[in-house]
Amino acid sequence: MKLTLDVWRQPDAASPGAFESYVVTDATAEMTLLELLDRLNDQLVEEGREPVAFESDCREGICGCCGVNVDGRPHGPEANTPSCEQHVRSFADGDHIVLEPLRSAAFPVVKDLVVDRSALDRVIQAGGHVAVDAGTAPDADTTRIDHETAEMALDFAACIGCGACVAACPNGSASLFTGAKLTHLAALPQTRQERGRRAVAMVDQMEHDFGPCSTYGECALVCPAGIPLTAIAAVGKERMRAFLRGRAS
Amino acid sequence: MTDDTTRPDTTQRETTPVLEPEAVRTVGSPLDGKVPDVPAEQAWDDRRLHYDLVAPANRRKFTVIVVGTGLAGAGAAAALGELGYQVECFTIHDAPRRAHSVAAQGGINAARARKVDNDSVHRFVKDTVKGGDFRGREADAYRLGQESVRVIDHMNAIGAPFAREYGGELATRSFGGVQVSRTYYTRGQTGQQLQVAGANALLRQVARGTVTLHTRQEMLDLVVADGRAQGIVVRDLVTGEVRAVTAHAVVLATGGYGNIYCKSTLAKNSNATAAWRAHKRGAHFANPSFIQFHPTALPLMSEWQSKTILMSESLRNDGRIWVPVRADDDRAPADIPEDERDYYLERRYPTYGNLTPRDVASRAARERIDAGFGVGPLKNAVYLDFADAIARLGRATVMSRYSNLFHMYEQATGDDPLRTPMRIAPGAHFAMGGLWSDYDLMTSVPGLFVGGEVGWGYHGANRLGANSLLSACVDGWFTLPYAVPGYLAPLLGTPPLALDDDAVLDAVEAVEARTQRLLKNEGTQGPDRFHRRLGEILYRCAGVSRTPEGLSQGITEIRALREEFWRDVRVLGEGTALNQELERAGRVADYLEMAELLCVDGLDRDESCGAHFRADHQTPDGEALRDDAAWCRVSAWESPAPDATDGRFVRHDEPLTFQAVPLQTRNYA
Ligand SMILES: Cc1cc2nc3c(=O)[nH]c(=O)nc-3n(C[C@H](O)[C@H](O)[C@H](O)COP(=O)(O)OP(=O)(O)OC[C@H]3O[C@@H](n4cnc5c(N)ncnc54)[C@H](O)[C@@H]3O)c2cc1C
Ligand code: SF4
Ligand code: FES
Repeated sequence: MKLTLDVWRQPDAASPGAFESYVVTDATAEMTLLELLDRLNDQLVEEGREPVAFESDCREGICGCCGVNVDGRPHGPEANTPSCEQHVRSFADGDHIVLEPLRSAAFPVVKDLVVDRSALDRVIQAGGHVAVDAGTAPDADTTRIDHETAEMALDFAACIGCGACVAACPNGSASLFTGAKLTHLAALPQTRQERGRRAVAMVDQMEHDFGPCSTYGECALVCPAGIPLTAIAAVGKERMRAFLRGRAS
Repeated sequence: MTDDTTRPDTTQRETTPVLEPEAVRTVGSPLDGKVPDVPAEQAWDDRRLHYDLVAPANRRKFTVIVVGTGLAGAGAAAALGELGYQVECFTIHDAPRRAHSVAAQGGINAARARKVDNDSVHRFVKDTVKGGDFRGREADAYRLGQESVRVIDHMNAIGAPFAREYGGELATRSFGGVQVSRTYYTRGQTGQQLQVAGANALLRQVARGTVTLHTRQEMLDLVVADGRAQGIVVRDLVTGEVRAVTAHAVVLATGGYGNIYCKSTLAKNSNATAAWRAHKRGAHFANPSFIQFHPTALPLMSEWQSKTILMSESLRNDGRIWVPVRADDDRAPADIPEDERDYYLERRYPTYGNLTPRDVASRAARERIDAGFGVGPLKNAVYLDFADAIARLGRATVMSRYSNLFHMYEQATGDDPLRTPMRIAPGAHFAMGGLWSDYDLMTSVPGLFVGGEVGWGYHGANRLGANSLLSACVDGWFTLPYAVPGYLAPLLGTPPLALDDDAVLDAVEAVEARTQRLLKNEGTQGPDRFHRRLGEILYRCAGVSRTPEGLSQGITEIRALREEFWRDVRVLGEGTALNQELERAGRVADYLEMAELLCVDGLDRDESCGAHFRADHQTPDGEALRDDAAWCRVSAWESPAPDATDGRFVRHDEPLTFQAVPLQTRNYA
């Protein structure tokens, strides 16, 4: 099938960007969105034009590298699905598709569709970890975690760090991302001693780089890991709990 | 369809002259694996007792470079940082969490033997050594089993939410090649959860200032001075800046090279560059032809498909594999009655059934597909059927075990595995070969260590499922933190190599010259096209089953393709900004060199073992036929020196001995 792609081209962070229009005539329904870009790039190289830069790695929805805006929607038309698992079958022959980088003040454009998402790692670095040195851990079976709790922790631990929630949010908030990590770690008894300190540090850092949450809920609609909207409640709850109990608890 | 890479052999030209191994290699001096001279089960305790130590106050005087932030790299960097060394850590990714380890699904083994299913460290070693078809080091397997116990404790402590039984204990399941339940898991996201926990532990050290993390930087060369690895050359992928970093030791944890097949289960950016550059600087490359083809990858469905997505092996716990009894049977699976189905694994291997090791399962699938029993539109797959499991356990239980894998399959194919069987086929997966290292994980270049899939250790000629996450974790968290200080101790008082040393300047210049050569080449084809063609050659000539003719043909074709690459590759864009074409071109150039060695190794190893199946060495019933008298050894290769006239690779042998697990024929029937 034939698709027209309006792609954001921007040589680097400092230069202005603009859309350029390309036509791919032999797209097929089984192709993923990123394979469509591969196809386009092959064509561009043939014509002597620089291919479109975009990020991907695992191409199976787990590494969080990929992420483009498709017609203004992070990752693409299918809800809760990463860009690498969006398929051309979502589009009709002759469609016009607008492809842009994930848009957020916290994610400067690096080139074309590639953005810098290191602000997310700064939130983790502030406190999204557990202070256990190698070789000092107790037997994992001595801390019993009932099945339901472990499963709940996993539901939130599933975040792939793609940043789509930030790009979908009208305020550019990273609450879904931060809340997912806070909920995951708070559920596990072996990480509890740092619970308060972690919450305060992560939320402070988040507020430094990202916008506030106004509970629009756009984030959960695009999240490829299906992180539930309740994650954003954890942000306020965990911080409040820390203040009520004192930082170190 | 132009590039159906799943059909090997049949297209091979019969007329290809078979290269004699002597024409492409010579044999060099033997290698010493430096395994302690005690029974294998005592080796690790003995070695730890004899390592030199560095006192806490002196540790900060040493700088260690760690390349890679996968499970092995993140663990090594975090552990060495915790101990007090100055660590410089590099990754091509924008964030440590994105390393390819994140994609592993099934689980991580540990010889904890908590259940009464008769598991033990010794049984773990036996399964691992036997699974690897006696082509790995027994003492290494022991260490792996021993340290596996605390790996689980540690990863649990740093936040990996392992699956739990209802009562709260850790849950386990079983994987191919074993009859006990020793695989720990977190749904189908084990790799993700371990990787994220490890990456976050690394970020904790970054916050504490013990590790300096450099993201979006690619190591493009190794600096060797005075016969020791003393630094690396990196390119900043965003600014294009090329610079050297020096240190007292270098750890490579850069993952496997399975992507050389182009369509593989690996992440698209997985590559061989760091390992191959180190190889060109003197690190021997062990068993490059030992590639595992995973039996449960998705078959190719379209020309532009960029990879073969892996479906976790854990699906074989409940899924049954079959093909129609009749060749070219076009009926929908539901229309094929029970007695017209061939559950060929259960038929051929009644003891292990659907849980035979991967090489056995892949070969059996390949055999059925090539014989015309393949299913799906391109007849290039077999069925993995959950109908019985659903009938036996109910939908809810099956979904609770595999829901995200089912979802992933549905995403990729549009089919629902609850209604119709999955279609799977063997796909290039895990690199069992890698940089050769001794028992201390040190390569043939002193000061250069390896951890995780970039090395050759543990797996032999076939890897058992769930042993690789384990080896990456053990290397990173619990082997390198002992071995690296042992190497550093005698160096106390020596500063890191000066940045204006000739060895440093030469290496930087070599990288810059190569980058410029790629950018200036006036060709017509992008690097991806060469990668695809290389993958086709390798699947055809060095795939699930190999012949001397095919491997010889592969060598000839690869040489021609490499020549064409340097004549005709086109790399658009500049070297002073993010340039993914340039990155790809550099990696494909390395693959084109490495692929030749891969075929040479396969041609040279005149036997079948594990995943290396030579059609000219098989038993009457089609099983791999090892030749222990001639080949119970590791082949560790040296590339021809740039000034060598005959262009032959040099093979160094490390003989393998087995004491605790005596040599025996692998039998899964
Ligand atoms: C789909 C899939 C499923 C799997 N499932 C399982 C499983 O269930 N159980 C199991 O045990 N194993 C599994 N494996 C295998 C296992 O995941 C890997 O062997 C293991 O994770 C490798 O870890 P690593 O740390 O060695 O390398 P990786 O995780 O690949 O990390 C490599 C690191 O090196 C960096 N790097 C690479 N080159 C350079 C360079 N030149 N310069 C700078 N940085 C560089 C990368 O950025 C990355 O950080 C699976 C593999 C695949 C492909
Ligand atoms: S919460 Fe969801 S959308 Fe946000 S980073 Fe995590 S996976 Fe992506
Ligand atoms: S490429 Fe890894 S999540 Fe899409």
